[in-house]
Amino acid sequence: MRKIFSAFLILGISLGTATAAEPAKPATSKKPAVVPAAAVVTAPAPASVAAAPAGDVNTFNRLLTVHKRNLPPPEDGIHDPANNETHSLQPPLEAFKELPKSTAGNRVNWVKSMNDKKITPRYDRLDPKAEPVVMDLNIVREVKGSMPDVVYPHKQHTEWLDCSNCHPAIFIPQKGANQISMASILLGQKCGVCHGKVAFPVSECRLCHSQPKASAAKTSAKP
Amino acid sequence: MQRLIKLAIAIAVIAGAWLGVSMTVQAEYGDVVMNNYSDKAGMRPVVFPHWFHRVRFRCKVCHADLGFKFKAGGNEIDMLKIIDGQYCGSCHNGEIAWSVENCNLCHSGKPGTPTQVHESTIQKLSAPAGK
Repeated sequence: MRKIFSAFLILGISLGTATAAEPAKPATSKKPAVVPAAAVVTAPAPASVAAAPAGDVNTFNRLLTVHKRNLPPPEDGIHDPANNETHSLQPPLEAFKELPKSTAGNRVNWVKSMNDKKITPRYDRLDPKAEPVVMDLNIVREVKGSMPDVVYPHKQHTEWLDCSNCHPAIFIPQKGANQISMASILLGQKCGVCHGKVAFPVSECRLCHSQPKASAAKTSAKP
Repeated sequence: MQRLIKLAIAIAVIAGAWLGVSMTVQAEYGDVVMNNYSDKAGMRPVVFPHWFHRVRFRCKVCHADLGFKFKAGGNEIDMLKIIDGQYCGSCHNGEIAWSVENCNLCHSGKPGTPTQVHESTIQKLSAPAGK
């Protein structure tokens, strides 16, 4: 039984990595992608055993990294490399080289990039000098669970967006009028309209949940 | 026993192929694929690189001034709207950015790629969420 399981694992992993290494044609993964196998006469299954990585058996994908990031368009799996113009598109890393890093999304800290003037995105389609209408107001949302309270900064949001982008369709501009849950965010509602699609995703918990609970401080102060 | 092994191998092959497919797509976070009409019209789907545009414009320009909804494929953009100066055509008019004759700079996706926000959280959820 254990043998079956290990065979299952090795096959799954080897096929996964083999196809990952050759992004163009995942459908052909049954054929040995790495080794030109001479012994492939019987069935595709033994062939993929032969294609299993011959390297160190103790190598371990420590960070569970599934793929490379910031690949140039012809290699990213969405653009068609057979299209000539795909090759004229700018590779992301060329643009990201000078930008401050982050740990999620594009791996670019976009807010810092703009604050540090590494990028100067226009606020108006035509006028490069148009300045944003920035509102500096933090909204603190006390959360039900054990996580720190959420601090929502209008400042960073109004530097990128217009009030009408969020109000009133996504957020009613009134205290206590908006029900927000992590579930709704994950499903692409409320904050999830942007966060998890283009703005940093929910894996970056502490960027929002950033203020220790006042109640926790109070109860600990009591005798 | 032999049969069991065969079954395990078959499952492994399927799982491996599935993993392979899911791991081969490694485009940029926020890349939007639009395939409302392209496949049917025999064109490659459009890939919109969010990152490239946010280096140059703030969200407000497209999402407030130009009226792009926050929904992949939700604006039902076609070439007529673009050459009439709406949506992409507000800038891709040969004045602010290159014009529509460069078809394949936008229509650069692999044929058959569905409309999506690539790498979005909702795309990664294990259970398909309602549309």
